[in-house]
Amino acid sequence: MSAAPASTVDDAEIRRFSAMAAEWWNPAGKFRPLHKFNPVRLGYIKQEVSARFGRDAQAPDAFAGLSLLDIGCGGGLLSEPMARLGASVVGADASETNIEVARLHAAEAGLAIDYRATTAEDLAASGATFDVVLAMEIVEHVADVGLFVSTVAGMVRPGGLLIMATLNRTLKSYALAIVGAEYVLRWLPRGTHDWRKFLTPAELSRHIEASGLTVIDRVGVVYDPLRDRWSRNARDLDVNYMLLAQRG
Amino acid sequence: MSERQDVVVAGGGYVGLSLALALKAADPGLSVAVVEPKPPAALRRDGRASAVASAARAMLDRLGVWSSIAPAAQPITEMVVTDSRVGDAVRPVFLTFGGALEDGTPFAHMVPNAAMVGALLDAAMATGIGLIAPDSVSSFETGPGATRLTLASGRRIEAGLLVACDGARSRLRDLAGIRTVRWDYGQSGIVTTIAHERPHEGRAEEHFLPSGPFAILPLADDAEGRHRSSLVWSERSDEARRLVEGDDFTFALELERRFGRHLGAVRQAGPRHAYPLGLTLARDWVRPRFALCGDAAHGIHPIAGQGLNIGFRDAAALAEVLIEARRLGQDVGAFDVLERYQLWRRYDAFEMGMVTDVLNRLFSNDLTPIRLIRDIGLGLVDRLPGLKRRFIREAAGIGGDMPRLLRGEAI
Repeated sequence: MSAAPASTVDDAEIRRFSAMAAEWWNPAGKFRPLHKFNPVRLGYIKQEVSARFGRDAQAPDAFAGLSLLDIGCGGGLLSEPMARLGASVVGADASETNIEVARLHAAEAGLAIDYRATTAEDLAASGATFDVVLAMEIVEHVADVGLFVSTVAGMVRPGGLLIMATLNRTLKSYALAIVGAEYVLRWLPRGTHDWRKFLTPAELSRHIEASGLTVIDRVGVVYDPLRDRWSRNARDLDVNYMLLAQRG
Repeated sequence: MSERQDVVVAGGGYVGLSLALALKAADPGLSVAVVEPKPPAALRRDGRASAVASAARAMLDRLGVWSSIAPAAQPITEMVVTDSRVGDAVRPVFLTFGGALEDGTPFAHMVPNAAMVGALLDAAMATGIGLIAPDSVSSFETGPGATRLTLASGRRIEAGLLVACDGARSRLRDLAGIRTVRWDYGQSGIVTTIAHERPHEGRAEEHFLPSGPFAILPLADDAEGRHRSSLVWSERSDEARRLVEGDDFTFALELERRFGRHLGAVRQAGPRHAYPLGLTLARDWVRPRFALCGDAAHGIHPIAGQGLNIGFRDAAALAEVLIEARRLGQDVGAFDVLERYQLWRRYDAFEMGMVTDVLNRLFSNDLTPIRLIRDIGLGLVDRLPGLKRRFIREAAGIGGDMPRLLRGEAI
């Protein structure tokens, strides 16, 4: 037997999310924070992808004809909207349970999405490439960041986009994302995030650029407790942020 | 396989039709059907009239139907409020409003319901909205991907979202298990059309009589050139029933006692109806794949003439939330999407319900100290231009977090 190939999957992380998978699609349930967070990241993806591919950002079918990979798709919270906008979507997640939940839900919604229980490496090894690759709220959970970023970046076609969202490693993110979200507000189960694995925008940008892509935009995402709503903020990247990169 | 619709609107009144039209205009790819129990011809025969505030007019304009309603619409150019007893020979005028906003447009129009619903129906047909009438939703079962509707005819539809626009006594609201807060005023509103000798010059009058408000709202002249007004007359329910069911002579006599002679001889020019007045507020406005809109969410007292306007506000807000969700690729029936609509509208409607309730309690009263207090209040409003402007803006439906359609903008 040969040694296990290098992998970006961390087994303990997968088990933790599988246990929560049944709750994925309940907007009032455990994943409420993610449902609340969804419109702001959808808005950014819609705007940027439309702009770079010459589509009308107001059109409900703006992504028709685009191929899109949602890596770490979970229960399909992003894959389904992308499919509704017209993209041909591959949703990949290392957790078999998540993929089962996602498949079931897409069938109920009448959406054709190619869900695969696989890893970024295996997908890349199959030679798959995409116009748009989404790696949202995933990089903070992987074991080998450099390998993960170069793998997903490698699947972006020339002229295509990579969009990543994650958490910054700052004192503020420790206070808000760990102490606030996991301990005080109990939005997330304790242990969902390991602060030490968080990446600064500069660190993540270096990984992306090392993979041959150019970072063309970065934006913060901030929570407004009064309106219970997330919104984009170009200056405040201290906690949640998104990066947009393009292959030239 | 049963038929699939993205949105099914139950109720083909002006709220349901304007919602359907707003959705279809903003996103022609969305499949929308309206289910209405009455045959379309009956909808076009509604003899009542409604006060359409400036913001609601802007929305009808944006939906492309105002131009066909306008010929039948009567601008309200002045509004007079008095506080009086039935027998008073002279009614002291406490409050007069010029009927125009800062930009010179009238703050409201009186519009025959038949003209409004007719124009909305024509536009709905032209934009490819499915009209299923006469038929009604007899039951529905909400599953994960759709809600499965069974119509009275036996027809089955799978809908991404069911919107109940079926009025204050909404059956679908009950079927959805949504409870209401309600109380009955023991009053009924008598509604009819009258013809009078002299022109009204676009003047609306509201007389606060002890039995409840008595409003005279100007209508456009009819085809024979007769001057007409719409009456909304609140009475204790037993008295209202007696008046509506009684003979024409008694009604005419009671009418003249209240109406006065300032517009010359008055006679009835339409059938009379009595509607029980109550306040009904839904505790929740949404469930997964289900939303309430218009009177189904809030039946309020007609004292300030705001029922229709907050109904349009609901339709505009719901259409905006759903279209925004479609643009993001979200499921229009998802609870978190619908919650945005509930958050936006529920408090506003509740506040309007409370204001109209307090107004009615304050004005349906003959106790001298209360009359004194409210007359001082009305007199003060009349002398404070800022406050008066605020009232006019409220009556025009302007202010608050306005949906785009009510600002006359596209979604």
